[in-house]
Amino acid sequence: MEKRFVYMDHAATTYVKPEVLEAMMPYFTENFGNPSSVYTFSRKSKKAIEEAREKVAKALNALPDEIFFTGGGSEADNWAIKGVAFANRDKGNHIITTKIEHHAVLHACEYLEKIGFEITYLDVDEYGMVNIDELKKAITDRTILITIMFANNEIGTIQPIAEIGKIARERGIIFHTDAVQAVGNVKIDVKEMNIDLLSLAAHKFYGPKGVGALYIRKGVKIDNLIHGGGQEKGKRAGTENLPGIVGLGKAIELATQDIDGHNERIKKLRDRLLNGIMEKIPYTRLNGHPEKRLPGNINVSFKFIEGESLLLLLDQFGICASTGSACSSGSLDPSHVLLAIGLPHEIAHGSLRLTLGDLNTEEDVDYVLSVLPNIVQRLREMSPLYEKFIKGEI
Amino acid sequence: MEYSDKVMEHFINPRNVGEIPDADGIGEVGNPKCGDMMKIYLKIEDNIIKDVKFKTFGCGAAIASSSMATELIKGKTLEEAWNLTNKAVAEALGGLPAVKMHCSVLAEEAIHKAINDYRIKNGLEPWEDRFSNSEHDHHE
Ligand SMILES: Cc1ncc(COP(=O)(O)O)c(C=O)c1O
Ligand code: FES
Repeated sequence: MEKRFVYMDHAATTYVKPEVLEAMMPYFTENFGNPSSVYTFSRKSKKAIEEAREKVAKALNALPDEIFFTGGGSEADNWAIKGVAFANRDKGNHIITTKIEHHAVLHACEYLEKIGFEITYLDVDEYGMVNIDELKKAITDRTILITIMFANNEIGTIQPIAEIGKIARERGIIFHTDAVQAVGNVKIDVKEMNIDLLSLAAHKFYGPKGVGALYIRKGVKIDNLIHGGGQEKGKRAGTENLPGIVGLGKAIELATQDIDGHNERIKKLRDRLLNGIMEKIPYTRLNGHPEKRLPGNINVSFKFIEGESLLLLLDQFGICASTGSACSSGSLDPSHVLLAIGLPHEIAHGSLRLTLGDLNTEEDVDYVLSVLPNIVQRLREMSPLYEKFIKGEI
Repeated sequence: MEYSDKVMEHFINPRNVGEIPDADGIGEVGNPKCGDMMKIYLKIEDNIIKDVKFKTFGCGAAIASSSMATELIKGKTLEEAWNLTNKAVAEALGGLPAVKMHCSVLAEEAIHKAINDYRIKNGLEPWEDRFSNSEHDHHE
């Protein structure tokens, strides 16, 4: 098959859709006024931000007043966690999270731990699911925040968010969810799901990078993270990223107008690819939940080989993917998520994540299926582990 | 991870991959738990490395280092091969990213182990190397 460019790393970031870019353009060039200024010219800017806010609110079933724009997913996570921790210190110092969160959540929690907060990092099962009974048991009368991600960025596992929200609400504990990977892939209703805080980032659903939002339910006590001017009702200072916010609004509108249709299309491609991989490549395991997973996510481990060398070879064929191997991160340990679901180090090292998105086609899938088995076999033939396995030594 | 052209060339077309069934010395180092493992086979005649083959489980740098190291010791005396350092392998590859230097150590260690395997099999004293009781304990 002819070499082609195949982007299958949509969980890392997505391209900006033409309609989104088109909506953004005027706010770079013609309507560049500072939304805070008094003159008529700036009203267009102010109006554009409020329209974007309404679109985000609509997508989540929140009120526009409950949406605050940020500089991306990491900022939203940091704001939610530190802001709630600092504002509710008088009630307690205990926070519950999981072992599989994104580093934006984990490292924010580790920072709070250093300055005197107590953090419970819940285990997950072999599929990456949180155990509801363990969550209930972890709650104390000092618990002020539960932060559990909606969907995992590596293995795609979707958590029972409504159930967790219900428990948190009953116990009067603030509930934050990192929905950076979920928006556009899962239907989200913050009211029905009892979500108090939710983080999202535009670049995961065909919007621009460096812009996101935090939903803060009315009445939730939270401190500011960025102090300064009076933007975002005085809660998040800094001249607004006007074109970015407009792009976020347009992108979330597009991403949530037909979630079922999008999922059906992406899932069909994903399953064709996944079934092909499992059929053609022996000694392969699927990581993550077989059903409760993001529609575009594939995470597999190929025994006896290492992920970085796999990515380098895929790159030679124009295929963009990612891995949880330690060798690709420059650290000694493989992905914390793969370790948390119980994978031995050597199996985690051989992991490959392929995340499909709107640009992918059946031709892309078939191309990957024509290339990947040979690459895996080539690396296996170079692997002393495979040799041992073939000789029956392991 | 930005690799030099030379690293990529050796990674994509690694030299001397394979096994030698009747090898005179075999060295296996590393641990799959750490994400890297290398096995080296030597065919030795009159103190000269006549043939060498390797198998490596690891990243691009590990595979390229194995390939380069085997090229550098082929046809050399055991003393010359013993004195090949991981730094020399990295240099021959046009440099390695700092976080990848440890991957080139694997090749040096594996060569030492294979040479000592040969020496022991032939009733000779094994040579002492700088890894005997140092940094690489975690490889068990
Ligand atoms: C689950 C999750 N949370 C947070 C982030 C961080 O978002 P950003 O890169 O926009 O700061 C990401 C993506 O990188 C993510 O996948
Ligand atoms: S073998 Fe793991 S970083 Fe090189």
